[in-house]
Amino acid sequence: MKKNVFMMMVVVLSFTMLAGCSKNKSSRSVSTDGSTSMEKVIGILGEVFQNDTGISFTYNPTGSGSGIKAVQEGRCDIGLSSRKLKKDEIESGLKGTILAYDGIVIIVNPANSVSDLSLENVAKIYTGKITNWSEVGGNNGEIILIGREAGSGTRDGFESITGTKDACKYRQELTSTGDVITTVSQNPNAIGYASLAAVKDSVKALTVDGVAATKETIKNGSYVVQRPFILVTKTDTPLSEAAQNFFAYITSPDANALISKAGVVPAN
Amino acid sequence: MRRICSRPSIFCFGDFIMAKKKKTSTEQVIHSTEPQGINLDHSKKKQILENIVHGIFLLLGLIAVGCVLLITVYLFISGVPAIHKIGIVDFLFGREWASTAADPKYGILPFILTSIYGTAGAVILGVPIGFMTSVYLSKIASPRVKSVMQSAVSLLAGIPSVVYGLVGMLVLVPGIRKVFNVPDGAGLLAAIIVLAIMILPSIIKMSVTALDAVPKEYEDASLALGATPIETYFRVSVPAAKSGIAAAVVLGVGRAIGEAMAVMMVAGNVPNMPDSLFQSVRFLTTAVASEMAYSSGLQRQALFSVALVLFMFIMLINATLNFFLKRDGNK
Repeated sequence: MKKNVFMMMVVVLSFTMLAGCSKNKSSRSVSTDGSTSMEKVIGILGEVFQNDTGISFTYNPTGSGSGIKAVQEGRCDIGLSSRKLKKDEIESGLKGTILAYDGIVIIVNPANSVSDLSLENVAKIYTGKITNWSEVGGNNGEIILIGREAGSGTRDGFESITGTKDACKYRQELTSTGDVITTVSQNPNAIGYASLAAVKDSVKALTVDGVAATKETIKNGSYVVQRPFILVTKTDTPLSEAAQNFFAYITSPDANALISKAGVVPAN
Repeated sequence: MRRICSRPSIFCFGDFIMAKKKKTSTEQVIHSTEPQGINLDHSKKKQILENIVHGIFLLLGLIAVGCVLLITVYLFISGVPAIHKIGIVDFLFGREWASTAADPKYGILPFILTSIYGTAGAVILGVPIGFMTSVYLSKIASPRVKSVMQSAVSLLAGIPSVVYGLVGMLVLVPGIRKVFNVPDGAGLLAAIIVLAIMILPSIIKMSVTALDAVPKEYEDASLALGATPIETYFRVSVPAAKSGIAAAVVLGVGRAIGEAMAVMMVAGNVPNMPDSLFQSVRFLTTAVASEMAYSSGLQRQALFSVALVLFMFIMLINATLNFFLKRDGNK
């Protein structure tokens, strides 16, 4: 019985995923394509936009690289990238507009005496080169690495910023930010990461290279565990009217509340 | 009376009942003019109605069967290609799972072994407790104790698995860390304990039913021959109910192997080989559930293949259950 329910869920889930794959480019719709990490923020914005204007909105979660390519080839209106555009991409006629910043906070248990780590040490801890808190000035205790599941946007962001892609030696891979925070708050030797908006008092946020994570430090770039969420457009072809409306709406200060709701820091 | 029931729906029931109520008065009137014709017509109509109702019930029954068929076919269609692409040996016996790495690896042996170990552990822990409880409830407990304990067991069955997971995460995992003095409590042992508690209700309920069904004469005969009550329960009642108890155990196994949510919150979810009780491990169910949301391409197909393997396990368990139940029924 239980199994059947689970399988049904799988089936339903896969249909909902398929539903996202439309590529029509009519004037009454806006299509976006790209970063899976931006799913939450662009989803909220798109939904509100669609409700307010009646213009249909589609989002195809393919990844930053594919999103940029899709704009280049004209397969979507706006590409979504969670990394800065490369030089050759800009030269090929693409323009990046920063929508928001994704700040990732490194969290430890409140009982932990460590309060600052360098970015390099964070990477060393997560790749298993540093295994004891005493090596970074804390009490003697094995460091317990808590992370997110493969495919999670936060994990992808954290690993790409710290340069630890596919090299993290996790002790636990949890499926939600809430679970990460709960687990870290339960284990005095645990370390984890979570988006800025989700961090609560039950855990201690570390400063990285001496800078605490706040909206301001993330925006001005002094807090380093962060990455921009970028809207990619073409410089030579103008956006359709609908896409233009959408672009103007999400980059206006009116959208800031929604962007903050998605757990990221608005850029405008 | 001669209204023809054209809509094959619930309305026909209404017509039918109305017709039945009016029967006495109308029949008398019609009886004088056309006695035989109307009787024939009436029974024919009844037959049609009967057929329609049968049809409706059959259709409703087919919905369930259709769902099972649809899911089976869908799982095979979406699960087989990835197995073919990865290679069945590499897939089933590969020791490494790194689905999002630059050089992805799709070996599910760690998941299979974890699911088997986890289920076995839960059975080893849960079955003795469940079995003894059911003997106590069925044979020894006073009616009042029995009713209180049975409602407690039913309540245990009704607790959502996410609640088990949450309690496990907040109480069990830190508890294991302190008691066994290990760096982190999340892992195979935590999952086994949670699963053992979760399978208790199914085992207890089904075993109690089986034990209650043992004819009282068997026990009376044993007692009359001088056996003590405890001897009677274990030498007479339990052997007589052994098919039902075995079915209860198999049902527990099925529940344990299919559980995802609670396990996901306490097992750590890192695709390690389960070579220690405190190892952070990933089950077949959690492998699918944790990665499905963001997966794409071959990774997604491989997750369907994992689900297919899980489905095979469940089929095997169901077949075993049917075997025990049938054997019981034939006796």
